[in-house]
Parts: sequence; C-alpha cells; structure tokens
Amino acid sequence: MAGLHKSEFANPVINWIDTRLPIFTMMQKEYGVFPTPRNFNYFWNFGALATVNLLIMILTGIFLAMNYQPNTLLAFDSVQHIMRDVNYGWLIRYVHQNGASMFFIVTYIHIFRGLYYGSYKTPRELLWMLGVVILLLMMATAFMGYVLPWGQMSYWGATVITNLFSAFPVVGPKIVTLLWGGFSVDNPTLNRFFSLHYLLPFVLVGVVFLHVAALHITGSNNPLGIDVKSPQDTLPFHPYYTVKDSVGLCVYLMVFAALVFFAPNFLGDPNNFIPANPLQTPADIVPEWYFLPYYAILRSVPNKLLGVCMMFGSLLVLFVLPWLDTSRVRSARFRPIYRQLIFVWVAAVIALGVCGAHKPQGIWVVLSRVCTLYYYLHFLVILPILGKLERPLPLPESISNPVIRRGGGALPAGAAAKPMEKV
Amino acid sequence: MRPFRSLLAGIFAAGLLAAPAFAQEGEALPNEHWSFQSVFGTFDLAAAQRGFQIYSQVCSNCHSMHLLHYRDLSGIGLNPEQIKAVSAAVTVPQGVDDQGNPKEGPATPANQFRSPFPNEQAARSANNGAVPPDLSLIVNAREGGPNYVYGILTGYTDPPAGFKVQDGLYYNKMFPGHQIHMPPPLQNGSVDYTDGTSNALNQEAHDVVTFLSWAANPEMVERKQIGVRVILFLMFMTGLTYAVKRKVWSDVH
Repeated sequence: MAGLHKSEFANPVINWIDTRLPIFTMMQKEYGVFPTPRNFNYFWNFGALATVNLLIMILTGIFLAMNYQPNTLLAFDSVQHIMRDVNYGWLIRYVHQNGASMFFIVTYIHIFRGLYYGSYKTPRELLWMLGVVILLLMMATAFMGYVLPWGQMSYWGATVITNLFSAFPVVGPKIVTLLWGGFSVDNPTLNRFFSLHYLLPFVLVGVVFLHVAALHITGSNNPLGIDVKSPQDTLPFHPYYTVKDSVGLCVYLMVFAALVFFAPNFLGDPNNFIPANPLQTPADIVPEWYFLPYYAILRSVPNKLLGVCMMFGSLLVLFVLPWLDTSRVRSARFRPIYRQLIFVWVAAVIALGVCGAHKPQGIWVVLSRVCTLYYYLHFLVILPILGKLERPLPLPESISNPVIRRGGGALPAGAAAKPMEKV
Repeated sequence: MRPFRSLLAGIFAAGLLAAPAFAQEGEALPNEHWSFQSVFGTFDLAAAQRGFQIYSQVCSNCHSMHLLHYRDLSGIGLNPEQIKAVSAAVTVPQGVDDQGNPKEGPATPANQFRSPFPNEQAARSANNGAVPPDLSLIVNAREGGPNYVYGILTGYTDPPAGFKVQDGLYYNKMFPGHQIHMPPPLQNGSVDYTDGTSNALNQEAHDVVTFLSWAANPEMVERKQIGVRVILFLMFMTGLTYAVKRKVWSDVH
C-alpha cells in the first residue's frame, strides 16, 4: 500500500479522505502554512481580489444565461426582461456588467504591481507569461460578453473589432468570415460569441490554476524584490495573509457596491441602450474603457495592418518582458531611474486611454502617437539599455533584516544604525 | 524625481483642461433639478404620474414603450384598481380568433404598453420618413439623460437668422444638427392636470421626463436602498477585519 498518504488530520472523516486523496494536506500546505514573505504591502491583495472577481463573474453569468436569449431578435429585450422581470435580475446583471470593469481595474493594478516590483524576473518568467495569457483571455471574454446585449455599441464594436482581422494578408478575410459565421455580424456571430463567452471563463479558471501553481513553486516576490533567505523572512499564509486579504476584499467590495448600486451605468455607453441597428452607424464607435489604450494605439497608425500589429504587439511584448529588462534588481525601490520611467509609462497608458475616448483628430492623434512611441520605446529600447547603465541602490541584507549592504550607492543616513527591533 | 512628477502632473492637467474644449459641440445641456438624481434621491411619484398622463395623452400617439407592462405602473404609485382601469381603457391586439382573424380587446395589467404602430414601416410612413424611437429606455440612451430629453422638449425655438430649416423638419436648439422630425410635442397647456399643478411647458416637460426616467430605471429606488445597507455593512466589516488584522499582526510588527 505504498500509495496511501499518511494524513496528520485528527478528524477521522477528514483523515479517511485525506489518506486516499490528500487534498486537505495540500490545502494546508499551500494556503495554511505556506511560507509567504512577511513584508507584503496592500498591492499584494490584488491577485486574490482578481480570483474572487472571476468567481463572481462566473456565478452571476450562470444565472444570467438562464434568462438570456442569444438571438438577434430577442437578445436586447431579454436583457431588459432580466433587468425588469426576473427577481433581482437587475442586481445580478449590474454586478456582472460592472464586475467586468472591476475585473480590469483589479487586474491592471495587479499588473502594475508586477511591473513596479519586478515580479516578472527570474525565476518567475513563466508565472508572468501565464498572467499575460490570463489577460488575453479576459479581453476576449469581455469583448464577446459586451456583444451579447446586442445594443448599438455591441453590434458596431463587434463589427469594428472582428474587421481588424481582415487586415492580415491572405487569411484575414477567411478569419473574419469564420468569426462571423457568415458575411456580416449577425445571428450566427451572436450565437458563437455566447457559446465562447460561456466557455472561456472556464479556460480562464484553468490558466489561473496554473498561474497559482507556478506561484507556489517559485514563491511570491515582495516589495524589496530580494529572495527569501531564511524562515525568519516569511510568515505562514494563514492567518497573516488570509486576514490581510480580507481587509482588501472588504474595501474592494465597497468600491464594487458603490458602482453597482449608485452608478451602474457610469462606465457604460448610452448608445448600448439602443437596440442594434445594422443600418445606422453611431456617431462614435468607442470600446469599453478598459480597451481604450489599445484602441488609441490602433488608431494612431495610418496603416490598418500596421495598426493592428501595433495593437496586438502592445500586449505580446509583455510575453518577452522578462528578457527585455536586463536589470537583475527586481524592485523599483532600488532602481532610481526605472522608478521614474515606470510612472512615465503608466502616464502614457492613461493618456492613450484618454486619446482612445476622443475622435482621432487634431491633438489627439499627435498625443496618441507620442504615447504609443513611448510605450514601445519603454519596453524595446529603454529597459534593455537601462539595465546596463542604471546604478541600483544597495540592496538590503534580507527581508527580516533590511540593513543596507555596503557598496553600491550612498548609505541613507541612519539606516544601518537601526536594525529591525523585533524579528 | 520631483521635476518628472511635476512634468507629468502638468501634462495631465493640460489634458483634462483640453478635453472639454474638444468634447463641447452645440447647445449646453439644461441643468434641471431632478428628484432622483442624488445618492438618496427617489422618484417624485406625483410628477411621474402626471408624466404618465402626458405620455398617454400625447407621446403615445407616436412613441411606443414596449418594455413596460401596465402592471409596472405600481412603481409610480398606482393601486391595482387604477392599473386595471388604465389598461382596460386601451385596446390592444389579442392574437387571432377561432377563424384565424386578428382579434382586439381591452388590455389587462399583464399586457405590454400598446404600441401606436404595428411595425416599423407603418411608423416610418406615418411620420415623414422617421421612426419615433421607443421611449422605454430613452433617458438612458442619450448622453445627458434626463437633462437632454428635457432640453429637446423645451428646445423648440425660431431658427437663427439665415438658418434654412428643411420642409417637414423643425428647429430644435438641443438636437444635434438642430433639425428634428418631431413636431413640438408639448406646449403650455397641452394637458389638463387634475391636481392643480401648473401645466406650463416647463412643468409638463419636467413631469414627463420624471416618468421616463422611472421607466428607464424602475429598479432605482430599491437599488439605492439596498446599496445604502450594503455599503454600511461593508464599512462595518472593513473596520472589523482591519481590527482583526491588527490583532493578528501585533506579534509581527
């Protein structure tokens, strides 16, 4: 009986199960005693928040699908039927609708955390790349979900975005026909988008599982960006980080609730309250806010194929980021120049978002071109060179004993004289 | 680092200032006070009921509201008897009879609001080529919401000198392009209110927009009430969890 697990749980039922299938031991190892760096700040809440958000989306989505009709003649009214006639349908639907925005807010902050503290660097490259896969899946899912209410912006957004693929030579038009299931955005498109919108979140769950599994192999990064060196550097995940994540969860839910209950349509577009009409193009076709930066990159290039490549490239470049950034220091705290440039990059992305919301004319074209240029410059030129030129600040000895090691830069006054009082 | 930050702040501020300058085109929206606009705001039910009177007597001649049922009128404070009376006064199609001929009859509270035209073509040909939009969601479906709809209803003026209005169209200062197919729907005294409220154009427009805002967001009052309780609960939970966190972490710090 070599395969049986020696369970240490006292409860006989749990012990019986755990002996045969050691899931309790696994949970205890991965979420109970799991050694976690002791110096996390609240930025480290956002991975857990994103997981919770994914579950909220799946749960509300299941109940929406029970009442939704994926048919061009019925879809718009069926959503309003949910809003008006299904018990608490408005609540389920507004949670799902605003949940998409919350998911992107949380995920973008999570990504910023990774960029600022260098969480993508060795040995966490694969963990980071799985995260980029998650981002891409999220975007595909969100895009298809936005089509389902079959309002004006759903329809025209779907038309514009699917048409992007036609820019690719030879295969482009065939891909578009395949996406549409016909020769225009129509009922077959809505049907397959609904099917895929239901499927992809579960693929997402799978990739999130891999993301977390990879995280538990490498262990978490931390605000100092230095490796865990001794048990003194860590705390068991429970109760320290379960309770800290709970604090963040409550604040996150408060923001979420404020949106859902008091401004449910604040982030939406009025045009999507008009049923889809293939004969009438809206004055402005604008994607949801979380796609605006990419939309601005797309429109900043006069050539369609190049624009599409630049747009997809802006995401794909993240896959190779671990090798573009040549600095061996992870945390921006110890990289005086990177620490400023990462905020320039964030400003460029936000400015791109603002550009994406405006018609591509006048100053907005210029601004979006400048920002697109910086976006690429940052990753492709600055990061590879900066790693060689920048003189990082001296790194602390360890997480539990953040005394600055001698050598490198100047010693901050008094830093060495005050080791942490308690370990 | 300082000069960088201030440079960024400057770029941001410039962007924010520039944004409205590019966004503005046409007439500024009126800034009416609405009973439902604040965080705790509810619908002024008397105004909404007067608005429903205007919809029934004026708007419904051309505009459908097919997402609403007569039973929904309990949301603006009508009791079941009143709702029955309202629906019974309306004749709606009721499928076909035993010989297969279309049948009509008085509506019940379960019926959708009667649509004035059987189909889009009929609506278009009766209205000089333009389809009167369904009003169920009109307040949500326009940038500016209730203020925009109010602005349209009160925005009919004489065109400025030199502005040529096409035949069959009307000048409206709020409408994009200023030429609208809809003839001025409301004037001073278009309806007679039974509760002694003034039936000046401003009041009529205000009432019907209140009704339309309710129609677009009938869940709003319940939503805000639940929202207040949810936020209060979460504030309590945040405080509690934070206290627990401090306690748990007290041996680390």
